Order: sequence, then C-alpha cells, then structure tokens
Amino acid sequence: MADHANILAVRDLHAYYGKSHILQGVALDVNEGEIVSLLGRNGVGRSTTCKAIMGLVEAHGDVTFRGRSVTGMRTDLISRAGIGYVPEDRQVFPTLTVRQNLELGLRRSGIFGRWNFDDVFRLFPNLQQRQNNPAGVLSGGEQQMLTICRTLMGDPDLILIDEPTEGLAPRMVEQVGVLLAEIAKRGIAILLVEQKLTIALKISHRLYVMGHGRIVFEGTPADLDADTSVQREWLEV
Amino acid sequence: MEIVLNPLLNGFVYGMLLFMLASGLTLIFSMMGVLNFAHAGIYMIGAYVAFDMSRLIGFWAALIVAPLVCAAIGAGIEVWGLRRTHHNGHIAELLFTFGLFFIIERGVQMVWGMLPVPYRVPALLDFPLFRLYGVDFPAYRAFMLLIAGGMLLAIRLLLTRTRVGLIIQASLTHPQMVSSLGHNVPRVFTLVFAGGCYLAGLAGVIGGNYQVTEPAMAASLGPIVFVVVVFGGLGSLSGCFVSSIVIGMVQTFAVSIDGSLADLLGPIVAWIGTDNLAGEILSIPVSRVGPLLPYAMMVGILMFRPRGLMGTRDT
Repeated sequence: MADHANILAVRDLHAYYGKSHILQGVALDVNEGEIVSLLGRNGVGRSTTCKAIMGLVEAHGDVTFRGRSVTGMRTDLISRAGIGYVPEDRQVFPTLTVRQNLELGLRRSGIFGRWNFDDVFRLFPNLQQRQNNPAGVLSGGEQQMLTICRTLMGDPDLILIDEPTEGLAPRMVEQVGVLLAEIAKRGIAILLVEQKLTIALKISHRLYVMGHGRIVFEGTPADLDADTSVQREWLEV
Repeated sequence: MEIVLNPLLNGFVYGMLLFMLASGLTLIFSMMGVLNFAHAGIYMIGAYVAFDMSRLIGFWAALIVAPLVCAAIGAGIEVWGLRRTHHNGHIAELLFTFGLFFIIERGVQMVWGMLPVPYRVPALLDFPLFRLYGVDFPAYRAFMLLIAGGMLLAIRLLLTRTRVGLIIQASLTHPQMVSSLGHNVPRVFTLVFAGGCYLAGLAGVIGGNYQVTEPAMAASLGPIVFVVVVFGGLGSLSGCFVSSIVIGMVQTFAVSIDGSLADLLGPIVAWIGTDNLAGEILSIPVSRVGPLLPYAMMVGILMFRPRGLMGTRDT
C-alpha cells in the first residue's frame, strides 16, 4: 500500500482542554485505500485527534486532506471535502427511524455514491427489518453498525472510526471486522481508533500507538506484534 | 355546565396563543441552549407592527407581512448577536437576550408611546359566532384557533416529513454529529431562530387585538411563556403543547373560581379557625391565587421532576 498517494497528513497537531495539553504535536499519515490503526490507552488523546481533524475541537497545527489544508475549516465543510467520522459514543439520532438516520447521512437527498440503502440492508438484514423503528431502541451493536453505515451514506474517501468494538459482544466485534473489510474493499481509507489489539492487528496495514498526547510507535502489525516492550508500556494487554 | 364550558373554551384559545410563543422558544432553547428572554419582545413587535400595518395595508396583509418582519429581526439577532456571544457561554447569551428584551421593550415604547394602541379585531371577524349559556363566543377566537391549529400542523409536518425537519430534530440532541455528516448546523440554528421569531410575531398579530396591544404586554406574557417551556419539558413539542393548554386552562379557570380551599375543606377550617395564619391562607379565594399558580407549578416541577412533563433531558 506504500505506493499509494497520501490522502491525510497530520503534522504537529496541538490541542488543549483548559490548561491540559491533550495533543502535543501529533503527526500521522493515511494513504489511499489504507487501513491505519491508532492505538493507545484511555485518555492519551486518540479521540481528541479525530475531533481535531474534524474541526470539532480547537487545535493548532496542520491537517492536510488530499493536498488541501482543512485546518480551521468548519466541520460540515471538512465532512463535505470527503472525511467521514464515526464518534466513540455511537451518536444515533434516537427519535428518528433507522431509515431516517441513514437518510441524514446523505449529503443530498436521493444522491448516492458508493453506498445506498440496499448495500446497508444486504450487509445488515437486522437494520432492514427495523428500518421504520426509532434508532434509540436498537441494541448497542446495531446502533454501532447504523452509525458507521450512516457515515458511509455520505460517500467519504476517508473514514475516522472511534472505538467501534467498545462494549460489543464477540460476535458483533466480528461483524465490525467484516464491515471494515467491506469498506476497505470499496477503496475507502480507514483511520481506526482502538484501545485493544483485537481486530487492529488482523486488518491494519499500518499502526500508530499514542502515549501522553504523542505518537510513540509507528509500524506494521508484524513490527508491533514483535515489540513486546511497546505493548507492555503503552497498551493494555 | 356554564361555569365549565366558557372558561374551557377561553382557556383553550389562550393556551393555543401560549403555544405559538412557547413552541418557538422551546425549539430555540432545546437546540441552542439559549433561554431567549427577548422572545416575548418579538411577540410585542409583532403586535405593534401589525397595528401599524393594518391601518396602512389592512389586517390580512399584516397577517402575512408582520411575522416575516419578526423572522427577519430574529435572523439578524442570531447571525450578528448570538453567534458572537456564543463563544462566551450560555450565561453571556442569556444576558445578551435579557438586554435585548429591554431594548425592544423601551424601543417600542419610544416609537408607539406609553398608552395602549387601538389595535382592533378586523371588521370581517367582529361578530359573535355562537352563544353559549348567554355568553357570546366571538368569531375572532375561532379564527385564532384556526391559525394556531394550522401552525401546529405545519410545524409537525415540517419537522417529521421534510429533510430539513429531520436535520432540525437531530440537531436538537446531537449538533456535533449532524455537522460531522456535512450539514451546516449554524445555518440550521439561524433558520430555527428565525422560525421561532416568526411564530412569536404571528402570535403578536393575532393576540395583540385579542388581548390589548400595550407597552407592558411583553413583560406580562414573557414569564408565563418560560413557565410553559419548563413545565412542558425541553426538547419536546408535544410536552410544550400539553403544558400550554394546561397553563392556559389553569389561568382562565383560576380567575373564574370564587371559592377558596376553605370552602372545600369546610369542617377542617372551622376547626382551625380563620383567625390564625393557616386558616387565613386556606380562605384566600382561588381567583386571587390564580396569577401565582403557574409559577408555583414551575417551581414545583423544577424541584420534583426537572425534565418537565415530557422533556428529554433535565432543565
């Protein structure tokens, strides 16, 4: 994958919550069609990195998407530039139906890209059965699938997915893995934020490990698998 | 029967008027977290502008134009005022709208004077529609019900059937997620703020001649609208509707009841006697307690059920 063009370049990214320095110069790259994982313990700044890329928290530094700086842009414009975002807390719109949730993922009504309702319903028949139910009544796993699919409806070229396996049963974790593979198959780059190594080692092309607001490791799954000291120091095994 | 039916109808008309004001306020409050003190000021502008316009271009044209003027003022307030204060937090926004309320109120008083203006019901609707137990029910009240009911239906359809309505609903609870999906949430905010002001203006147009268009009209109605919003619960239009009708009824019925709790609890009060504090409180006529009942309901609901009747989150 290394010969593919760069799609996302983050350089020297800093962010603060009040007085605490959450991001201390984060730098990372994602190439076209690549699955990249961002690992680390709770509170090291992985989620903040995603939010900073999306313009949801104030940050300094440089975020370049397809060669164009998106730093300081309004969130909806960053999204329309082609970056999709799935937050960690599965923000389904609880009072809207499953179908309406998906509908709002579309940039414009009736305009489909690589994903349409049939794709989603073929992958997740459960969502089809419950398409007219309020999204709030879905199980945690179904809500997770719905949030990811909702973002896909906007046809992003890169998708940031924050802890999709958090709190899911093993069978659902497996389903998340299947969905991520399907996303990558359609040529969409993925920046996957995870706490555990569970699926990250299996599906990633490259991985970053974060600690205390910085990137402390970068390499392939084989590199990380061999490096027990990084695992011990920066990851929960 | 007559002591129930007439207040019931009037309470319903008044409740619908409250709903037109409160629905806009509750949408703005739930979505932006701004308790818009200036909302009743917009209601006042709606009434005064309609009074002037109805003399120039007639009531029916004013019914169309005056609310649009209010919507434009609302959009201006949101874009040039609230967006700037937004960064400084909700307290700054609250104080901003608080100041704005007085600017509007004093401004209206400077332009139109300190006396009530003769804003009257249009001649076309100035007749009794039917008689009920010897009391006339004016056609204009039926017209108010029609407008308010139509508005209610229109808001419902807009929010549940249109794409922009779905975006508004989603932005009520998850504004960051909505903008992450590529929707311009600030523009949605402006739209909702302008829409809320449109409704307040419309309430002013049809309420200004039903009640009285006078310099204190905003100050006297404003607090009641807050009660409606808090009592009904944040983020719930249905709650807002029920609460509007309930508060409308409570206020209308309270003034028409001559009796006191003492009449109801006769023997107990006779035993307590009326020359002590408890006895005196119990023998106050309900009609005198009426004006404070809505506020007592608000205080009560904040203490015991902070999310209101049907709210989705705590106040």
